[in-house]
Amino acid sequence: MLLTLIAALPFVGSIAAAFLPAGARNAAAWLAGVVAVACLALVALLYPGVQAGGVETFRFEWLPQFGLDLYFRMDGFAWLFALLVSLMGALVVLYARYYMSPEDPVPRFFAFLLAFMGAMLGVVLSGNLIQIVVFWELTSFTSFMLIAYWYHLPDARRAARMSVTVTVAGGLCLLMGVLMIGEIVGSYDLDDVLVAGDVLRAHPWYGALLILIALGVLTKSAQFPFHFWLPQAMTAPTPVSAYLHSATMVKAGVFLLARLWPALAGTNLWFWIIASAGAASLLVGAFSATFQRDTKGVLAYSTISHLGLITMLLGMNSELALVAAVFHMMNHATFKASLFMAAGIVQHETGTRDMKRLGGLARSMPITAAVATVAAAAMAGVPLLNGFLSKEMFFAEAIVVGRSLGMSITLPTIALLAGVFSVAYSLRFVHQVFFTEPSHDLPKPGHEPTRGMIVPGALLVVACLLVGVLPAVTVGPVLETAMMSILGPELPEYRLAIWHGFTLPLVMSFIALAGGITFYVLLLARGAVMSPTPILSRLNAARMFDVANVVVVRGAAKLSHLFFTRRLQSQLLAIVGIALVAGVAAFGSTGWSAGENPLTPIDPLFTLLWVVGAACAVGAAQQAKFHRLAALIMLGGAGLVTCLTFAWFSAPDLALTQIAVEVVTVVLLLLGLRWLPRRIAFDDPRRKTPRARGRRARDFLLAVAAGCGTAALAFAVLTRPQVSDLPGYFLRNSLEVAGGRNVVNVILVDFRSFDTLGEITVVAIVALIVYALLRRFRPAPESIDVPKAQRADPAPLTTAVDAPLPRGYMRLPAVLVRLIGPMAGLVSVYFLLRGHQAPGGGFVGGLVMASAVIVQYMVGGTMWVESRLRIHPQVWIALGMIGAGTAGIAAWFAGKPFLSALAADLHLPLIGDVHLSTVLLFDLGVYMLVIGAVVLMLVALAHQSLRSPRRVPVEPSRESAEETDEAEAVV
Amino acid sequence: MNAVFDYAAWFASLCFVLAMLCALVRLFIGPAAQDRVLALDTLYINGMLTLLMLGIRSSSTVYFDMALLIALFGFASTIALAKFLLRGEVIEP
Repeated sequence: MLLTLIAALPFVGSIAAAFLPAGARNAAAWLAGVVAVACLALVALLYPGVQAGGVETFRFEWLPQFGLDLYFRMDGFAWLFALLVSLMGALVVLYARYYMSPEDPVPRFFAFLLAFMGAMLGVVLSGNLIQIVVFWELTSFTSFMLIAYWYHLPDARRAARMSVTVTVAGGLCLLMGVLMIGEIVGSYDLDDVLVAGDVLRAHPWYGALLILIALGVLTKSAQFPFHFWLPQAMTAPTPVSAYLHSATMVKAGVFLLARLWPALAGTNLWFWIIASAGAASLLVGAFSATFQRDTKGVLAYSTISHLGLITMLLGMNSELALVAAVFHMMNHATFKASLFMAAGIVQHETGTRDMKRLGGLARSMPITAAVATVAAAAMAGVPLLNGFLSKEMFFAEAIVVGRSLGMSITLPTIALLAGVFSVAYSLRFVHQVFFTEPSHDLPKPGHEPTRGMIVPGALLVVACLLVGVLPAVTVGPVLETAMMSILGPELPEYRLAIWHGFTLPLVMSFIALAGGITFYVLLLARGAVMSPTPILSRLNAARMFDVANVVVVRGAAKLSHLFFTRRLQSQLLAIVGIALVAGVAAFGSTGWSAGENPLTPIDPLFTLLWVVGAACAVGAAQQAKFHRLAALIMLGGAGLVTCLTFAWFSAPDLALTQIAVEVVTVVLLLLGLRWLPRRIAFDDPRRKTPRARGRRARDFLLAVAAGCGTAALAFAVLTRPQVSDLPGYFLRNSLEVAGGRNVVNVILVDFRSFDTLGEITVVAIVALIVYALLRRFRPAPESIDVPKAQRADPAPLTTAVDAPLPRGYMRLPAVLVRLIGPMAGLVSVYFLLRGHQAPGGGFVGGLVMASAVIVQYMVGGTMWVESRLRIHPQVWIALGMIGAGTAGIAAWFAGKPFLSALAADLHLPLIGDVHLSTVLLFDLGVYMLVIGAVVLMLVALAHQSLRSPRRVPVEPSRESAEETDEAEAVV
Repeated sequence: MNAVFDYAAWFASLCFVLAMLCALVRLFIGPAAQDRVLALDTLYINGMLTLLMLGIRSSSTVYFDMALLIALFGFASTIALAKFLLRGEVIEP
């Protein structure tokens, strides 16, 4: 239980911080600090449980049949990392409180920092591989948000995009690898996976899954060749660099390597992939770090190098190397975080990170200089500091591990070379910033920072010293606990001590120190301290990434251009054509035949009715392109005949709905028609070129074929007996089980209410999208103008806002529609309430009510209606969703599944017996939502005329359109 | 008696449908857009009456609801179209 609390607490704090006002710097810092310290205390509290190989677990079963549980698991190794994450978190929060400027929205910073802390704790404490990947991606996401914290800087946005692209692509590979592991082992539980090492290594998928896992891990830990995102990420605020990009998040990769070490390590493939990536990063990072001008750039490349060292150790397939790797993870976090903090202080107090401008700060900032010097010495591997110990272990392993002659020379050489560079860049960093001649070129004169900024770094440096002098006392037991949880109770012989006797590794350490100093002095003597990185500066991986990005985007655009057209006519042609081909192909094997059902006799009246309807439909299609209004009128005729057809064949519900839909459709289409651009001249129907004729003939044939095909299909289906007894089931159970006589409505709101819930959600979303799109709608230039008909009589034909009735011939319709209003409301509620027993229901009722509102708008005008009756369609939509959702959830409290119907009979005074049911509530939700959605679309369209000012612009210029837009935004 | 009633009702329905055919002719030949709008209005009225006749012939009240709805809102399309022809837009500010 405590485990869940550790992972959940930062997220809770994150949400709380997000709701703080943007200026609440102290409140946010206190909140973050308390959360971090609480996590730290909880982690410390759990130490007895994990000591001596113990494991703390917490499991919440979620989908046990798929092996997916919420499973937290803390062993010694996870404990060590949880301690690191929460301790660093607490120190960084303290540092950030003073680092962040009061002008920045600090609560947002702490919200994401806490979210990252939660995600990182989730990664280290998860006992389920899928769960690890989920938290892993969360760390990538929060890292993205934190790098882009100053999103007004283009560099920050670019760096954030780059880092998220690289790490999330890696995360995807990791997910695939994890799925393969789960498939092989049969479980995603870490406990099962860790003991299945032999099965995994012998499996034919081993190579593939190792590559996938390696891709995930190497991208996350910024290993060569994916290292380029880390130096770019230095645009983030320095606390983020200290916390995410040196101490914790980039360690997630090596953490997972160590975590899966028992299951995956021990093969040659592992050695070649992991150790060579590590060695390459070690050298590339150390070499590049020596030539950076940016202080944080030095630290970023040295982080790559040190992570490479850890990766290389993990790849060596030796238990002692594993011990050294875990030890170095801790050491690196302490000295690198304090170095970042020092670099941040320097930037904060002097205003620059350029080492060419900085210099001689030891005089004005002695404490910072001392902290940075000790930390840099630890990074260089100077004796009596923690970096020395783990680096010596690394040298020792590099000598021992090589089995062949080549390896036994190569590995120590790489190690030694990296050691030399590491000493050189540490020395250069400290010397250039603090100990050269004082610079007079600084944006701000440097001075010591406030105590809050120096304390976290100083504490870390003290830790470096303590571990460096008394390793066995300070870090020994913890490291042993961690190693036992990875390797089991039998640990390899290792001794944490400064003095092992006069050994080869010790000699190597001193050669590295001497070599590094010599290298730096040579650089100084040749004046090449600030020259760009030799050789490697030409191979700019970040630039290659950008180029690859552009190539991919252009290629995708070309590809979609090849297969996609923006012309609606062509799209329609493709859709209908493919549907036709698919339909014909489906009949190809069996052939078409009519069924055996007897045909109903032909009714001459109905036939005549259909002549009317068919003529209207064909006429509408024929007129659609060039006479939109005529086509719309004919569409109305066809719709009417459709309603009559439904009525004729005893489908009253459909007929009612269709009538209401017809009305709304005509009005909405007419509203849209006002804003459509005029027809295009070259598409004139009188043009009779062979090309145009051919196209029209093709379209006509296709349309006829598709229409006839659909009719044939319908005929074939309708003349055959029903295959399933679904209608019979609904007819039998509608009254008996659901208590409704109107089967259609019972199906909609009870049997299939989940479908209906989905549908009304879609309706709501569509309405909101229409509204959102129309808010920024810019009409075609020729239709911005006031319609031609209004120019002769510019006064609007609406009711004045303060007048009871309009002038002129609109008076009659105005009286009429006002009388209709309450009448229509009554009818709509009547349809709603009786829907369960007789034709009607929420959908029809809602449409009727919406139509009543529409006619008021048409006759009275927008201003007049809205000065009297202000409908808030969004509220209606929301209430509708809430009503329908409540009806569904209410069933839970009765112990029934979602959307089960609940009914209660009440006896009310005066009214009498009332049958209440959640079904009615559901239908009420549908009713309100339909009203809201229809009115929202209507109002969005109607307000277009309000937006365009009443003027007659002859040549509407681009600027004036934008002015209108801004005016609208202000309103 | 009943037979006469049935024939009368059928004949009435036929008349309404024929009226719809006549309206259809106007709808097609126009010539003005106003003629088409009036034709649609006529179609709606006759459609409503056909529904009422259906209700009478099958002695069911269900059809009256549909007729009611057309009576209430059948004119809405007409108003919208008339407004569009008159003013160039359906809803003025």
